[in-house]
Amino acid sequence: MTTGIPQPASARQDLRIGIDVGGTNTDAVALDTSSTPVAKAKVATTIDITSGIRRALGEVLANPRVDATRVGHIMLGTTHATNAVLQRRDLRRVAVIRIGAPASVAVRPMFGWPEDLHQHVSVGSRIVRGGVELNGSDGVPFDADEVTRFCEEIAGKAEAVAISSVFAPVSPRHELLARDIVRRELGDIPLSLSHEIASLGLLERENATIINAALGHVARKIVAAIEDALASFDLDHVVPYFTQNDGTLMSLDFTERTPVLTIGSGPANSLRGAAFLSDLSDALVIDIGGTSTDVGALVQSFPRESTFGVEVGGVATNFRMPDLVSIAIGGGTIVRRAEDGTVQLGPQSVGHDLLHCALTFGGDTPTLTDAAAVEGRARIGDRIPPDTSASLLREALSRSDHELAEAVDRVKVARGDVPLVAVGGGSVLLPDALPGVSKIVRPDDYDVANAIGAAIGTVSGQVDQIVEIGAGTGGRARVIEVARQAAIDNAVAAGAEPSAVEIVDIDEIPLTYLREPAIRLRVKAAGPLSNV
Amino acid sequence: MRLDETTLPVYAKGAAILGAGGGGSTRPGLLAALETVEEKGPVEVISLDDVPDDELIVPAGLMGSPNVSQEKLGNPEMGAWMRDILERETGKRVCAFMPAEIAGQNALAPVIWGAHTGLPVVDADGMGRAFPEAQMFSMNVAGVSPSPSALIDERGHKVMLRNLDALRHERCARSMVVAFGGSAGNALYVCTGAQARTAVIAGSVTRALRIGQVLADAPADRIRALLDHLGGQVIITGKVSDIERHTSGGFVRGHALIDGVGVDSGRLVRIEIQNENLIVLEEGGVLVSVPDIITLLDTQTGDVIFTETIRYGQRGTLVAFPSPDIWRTPEGLALVAPRAFGYDFDYEPLELLTLSRNGEER
Repeated sequence: MTTGIPQPASARQDLRIGIDVGGTNTDAVALDTSSTPVAKAKVATTIDITSGIRRALGEVLANPRVDATRVGHIMLGTTHATNAVLQRRDLRRVAVIRIGAPASVAVRPMFGWPEDLHQHVSVGSRIVRGGVELNGSDGVPFDADEVTRFCEEIAGKAEAVAISSVFAPVSPRHELLARDIVRRELGDIPLSLSHEIASLGLLERENATIINAALGHVARKIVAAIEDALASFDLDHVVPYFTQNDGTLMSLDFTERTPVLTIGSGPANSLRGAAFLSDLSDALVIDIGGTSTDVGALVQSFPRESTFGVEVGGVATNFRMPDLVSIAIGGGTIVRRAEDGTVQLGPQSVGHDLLHCALTFGGDTPTLTDAAAVEGRARIGDRIPPDTSASLLREALSRSDHELAEAVDRVKVARGDVPLVAVGGGSVLLPDALPGVSKIVRPDDYDVANAIGAAIGTVSGQVDQIVEIGAGTGGRARVIEVARQAAIDNAVAAGAEPSAVEIVDIDEIPLTYLREPAIRLRVKAAGPLSNV
Repeated sequence: MRLDETTLPVYAKGAAILGAGGGGSTRPGLLAALETVEEKGPVEVISLDDVPDDELIVPAGLMGSPNVSQEKLGNPEMGAWMRDILERETGKRVCAFMPAEIAGQNALAPVIWGAHTGLPVVDADGMGRAFPEAQMFSMNVAGVSPSPSALIDERGHKVMLRNLDALRHERCARSMVVAFGGSAGNALYVCTGAQARTAVIAGSVTRALRIGQVLADAPADRIRALLDHLGGQVIITGKVSDIERHTSGGFVRGHALIDGVGVDSGRLVRIEIQNENLIVLEEGGVLVSVPDIITLLDTQTGDVIFTETIRYGQRGTLVAFPSPDIWRTPEGLALVAPRAFGYDFDYEPLELLTLSRNGEER
């Protein structure tokens, strides 16, 4: 998989701007060549996203240390695609082609989807003959005529076409044949091909491909939003990118084709930002926001990925997403005493009304931020919460400490103490020590770690294949070496600096019950953008 | 009793527990079963007693790599192809399918084929759990031959294996599965109603259903409810601190270490894996072994952590349940005791073992 990133026009453009559009806030940060933050901004996220981006960008550019002509790149992380799926908003009508009869007909496309999402998205599906074997050899001949017939049925109804085929990650050739037929029959209708979207696991990959096709409008919108913002500040020379769920970058062109890969980019950015700010490559990261807390792990500066599929809007997919433990605790979490006398934490939060509602800001809602203030962890607000709330707040903080410690412990992967990096606006809640944690690192600029994570995004290349490692293949070591080189080549093709590309992850899963030894091999390489 | 859109998910949950960590995820099989049932109607579950003496029960399942069946989702017509060639081969009428093993994907495949052909499923299986090899069937203990055995792929390729003993069947069938592209449907130990009554493990389908129901009824403390229901014991509650897997001889072998937490702090146990969880060791001694059913459960959700999906850092509760009685007989143990898997010690039933280092009551 390559991301096709173009190079910047001039080597003198030595500033990068990272923007993270979160559910509550839109953060922006400008970094210089040494990746030192020179300006930052935090504004409220707007419904149209464009005006929030414009305001954040405007604040950063207004800083005298930021010369707009020196900005070379802008990196944007956004949860817009995720929200569009969750809210069934702006989705395209998709026709689904699965190339997999007769081996893969037991479950039809979109079976088990939430009914409303199915209704919103589907204009029909067809399973046609074809697909390859796990070693890439021909399984069943591809049925071109059936694809042609299906195109006639969906002409004028479908706004996009999603194509998947059996073992496409091993060989996509039947998907490519189908693509050519759809092009011939339906012209330039937007297409999503499963081998460009996700890995092995037909149902989940097909689901991800359909969601990707459905997100076409949304992709156009977020791409237009960044282009508009750039134009309005005369930043037409700037090369924009989006960050994807593994914390690496993709071009606008690539984002338009694979918007589904932006899902999960928020936590990935915050983990990458934390790695950068703390200068730690292997550590745990806790991101405490206003409403919730995510805890993840860094492995060689990248988010550790989940081995299980993730659900998007009620649909099972198999993206590689950061492996997170999320709990409903944040700076705005409302605390109260239940009838039985126990202290309850949330899950409700005052969100960005903290500055009006919390006790320390003169409001009347006790929150965890008030608890942190009373215990001296946070210097925030100007009122002292009344004595009557003191025991409630103290108990609430001790509960919160316990739950945060549990969440951190659940993310740990090995025995022994490990460092923990604390980021996010709510990280003042965290005590100074936690069991199993060697030290808590609280970096400067912790409140814009996600925007920094976007700004330092690298470019990656990936290989995910089932390969035989028996006699005649050169053996396991040789096979892995070939895959490593392919991943590096993919990263360089995507715009990474060749001298700085590294292998960041190798995952090898032996396949059972086969006489010929075979493994599923996943290799990822990444490196900084060349010329930056 | 019927398997339909309500009972199938319950059944799948129970079958996952009986897999002893093997058998693979039940999700794709469950979706396929739900879809087939939606189209063709529910599957009748019949008692062993309802099968006429001279009609056939077809113990069936999938053979091959779970990774292949993630891509090849199967073809429900395989059931009809299987029935037809077996009827032609034997000259007898097929009365019902039966799960060859009541675990993972293999618990679901015969249900899909039953739904598609309109045949019922017998409330029984040949293992009472999951085992990796074709000689490890209760029908083998009873002297039923594995052949004639039918191997069918999703395209309708058919192979009939005749006159093979269990070990040769195992080798030949595996070669065929590779030639078919890594997965196939297999019907083996096909027997008449009369033979089956003393050769299969009765009640397995309802057992899986009841386990699933226990899990559904106790959302707050699933693991406790499960232990009470099955007479099981907790071996350790902890966290996966090491996992090593490699392929050899067509199997995934390896081990996982579980580091105790809470009351088990300071303990460290090792699970020996060969597709399923086979043995649990602590400080060089055996805590529990195959054929007792050893299953690692997610401590929070009670969901099964399959041997393929064990990962560093997972919070797990390792539990063990008593083996089906058939495997505790000398004939059964000859096939499935630790020695059958290459370990140099004898099986002792779970109930007689002390499951923690200091012998505390758990």
